[in-house]
Amino acid sequence: MGILEVKNVSKRFGGLQALGDVNLSVNENTVHAIIGPNGAGKSTLLNCFVGKLIPDTGSVMFNGISLLGRKPHEINQLGVSRVFQTPEIFSDLTVFENVMIPCFATRDGAFRMNAINSMTAETSIIEKAEKMLLDVNMQDKRNMHAASLSRGDKRRLEMAMCLSQDPKLLLLDEPTAGMARADTNNTIDLLKEIKATRDITMAIIEHDMHVVFSLAERITVMAQGTPIVEDIPENIKGHPKVQEAYLGTAH
Amino acid sequence: MLGLDKRDTLLLIIVSVLAILGPFILNPFPSNSALAQFNAGYPDLMQRFVIFGILAIGFNILFGLTGYLSFGHAAFLGVGSYSAVWMFKLLSMNILPAIILAVVVAAVFSVVIGYISLRRSGIYFSILTLAFAQMSYNLAYSVLTPITNGETGLQVYTDDPQYLMGPNSSTVTNLFGLEMRTTHSLDLGGWEFHFNVGYYFCVVMLLLTFYLSVRIFRSPFGLMLKAIKTNQTRLNYTGINTRPYALTAFVISGAYAGLAGGLLAAMDPLAGPERMQWTASGEVVIMTILGGAGTLIGPVLGAGAIKYLENIFSKINENVLQDWFSFLPHDVQEVVVWIFARFTGEGWHLTLGLMFMLVIIFLPGGLVEGSQRIMRLVGIGKAKGKSSGQGEDDEHHPKATPHVAE
Repeated sequence: MGILEVKNVSKRFGGLQALGDVNLSVNENTVHAIIGPNGAGKSTLLNCFVGKLIPDTGSVMFNGISLLGRKPHEINQLGVSRVFQTPEIFSDLTVFENVMIPCFATRDGAFRMNAINSMTAETSIIEKAEKMLLDVNMQDKRNMHAASLSRGDKRRLEMAMCLSQDPKLLLLDEPTAGMARADTNNTIDLLKEIKATRDITMAIIEHDMHVVFSLAERITVMAQGTPIVEDIPENIKGHPKVQEAYLGTAH
Repeated sequence: MLGLDKRDTLLLIIVSVLAILGPFILNPFPSNSALAQFNAGYPDLMQRFVIFGILAIGFNILFGLTGYLSFGHAAFLGVGSYSAVWMFKLLSMNILPAIILAVVVAAVFSVVIGYISLRRSGIYFSILTLAFAQMSYNLAYSVLTPITNGETGLQVYTDDPQYLMGPNSSTVTNLFGLEMRTTHSLDLGGWEFHFNVGYYFCVVMLLLTFYLSVRIFRSPFGLMLKAIKTNQTRLNYTGINTRPYALTAFVISGAYAGLAGGLLAAMDPLAGPERMQWTASGEVVIMTILGGAGTLIGPVLGAGAIKYLENIFSKINENVLQDWFSFLPHDVQEVVVWIFARFTGEGWHLTLGLMFMLVIIFLPGGLVEGSQRIMRLVGIGKAKGKSSGQGEDDEHHPKATPHVAE
């Protein structure tokens, strides 16, 4: 029984069958990569996990709780965090405030009218946010505007925001898309470090095979809305079905 | 002090001093000098400065923090005024129940309007609020005449029930006998200063609401509101339900507008539908942006600037201008007067429009940013400019201070 159990999920957009009968199980404390050519339905599937889309059929269970029909903030409160393809951060706020917000969300829940305390009185939150910035090595950028960070640092900050919530499941949607090689390698190192120091399950959607094979413990290959192969990385590389999906069949 | 850090305490002290010394500051010219017409230290005008300041502070909690641009705030102002006048008609001329009811009714109204309008964001939200305000305006004019007295406006008549009115009760608005219109005038040389009870009551309210707004800006709640403005998607995926936050901000802001409406009625027990018209809503938007949206003191400055223009600039008619330029040869005088008359008197809207355009283009941070730049030019060092805490950045993005002095 995995931490994330996807059963018979399908999703149709008008005439397009985006997902057809997807079954997937992500085991606890593993890094599970979902790969596949463009249009394979990877992002659609991820959006079904976080409450952005509701599948037409099937079920998505997280830790035994159904995620269907729940809103993004409810799913997050259950312990699922998400990293976006382009980093979604609070650009008008400082780096430190960016990290404090998820800390508040974890402590206070989806809504709390906390206008009595001043920010400076929230010592436990401040300590936690300081520690988080130290973990991702960004404490020197503490008071910078998030908008002025480099792309790599924005990604780092977004990770820090997600991790400060101590999620059980971290979903990453092409975390290295559009990054330079050096930044990509930094991100890989960061993710490896996160994996090594925490009890966390990660599901990664990725195009970059270098990233996938450096991180993943298990890989699902999708094509045309359905998973075609699921195996450990060593067996995926030379798998005929995978080659077929990526390169097409020779007629 | 009072749970504020040094910078905010200083800001609060500055605002208090300015407001308390208002009668002096607004009457800088001797009463029989030629410049006396630029004096604004008249009780009713000073009251309006402060009341619209409160309205703008409240509007800023919604617009400045969450970025939701409401085009219907005048509805809450009007609702507040109507509620207050009804209290005068039913109970007595004591302003306390009137103001309390004004705030409560406006808050209830804003819960309903906010709940519906906040289902959309951006321009759609603005249009929804505008539609609600125009609806209120038209209803007040027509169908709701029994409650609002239509075009004539709601006012207190001698045959109103006024159940709490004793034989010796004051027949003008008062706070437990202290009449709002009481004014002490002070003659000092050529100067004349007016100290009005109503003005000081409004000042007390202004300081309370300003203090509350500072606390909100600096609280975790305020941080969430700023986060709504920057990135709602991220906030949702961070486990925050943004709608109740935005609705709370909307209701607080509506209650502020209700308070302002109640105070308007408390100073002058009248309420008319024109108070709810869209132009009145637009005025608050302009005040806030002119002063500096998202800054603490900006809205108050903006409200002051616009009310000053509206009341003082509009008094400079052609006769006054002709007097000013009488030293010029007749033909030149005519031309100069004609040109100036476009911008003053009835043409004050043109001045306001130009000023608004200049601010939007050159000072996106509003008058607050302007004063900041001037301070830097004059050479009040960078360090000091920062510690005075009026920096647009400092205001808009308050730095989390390290936890040194818990």
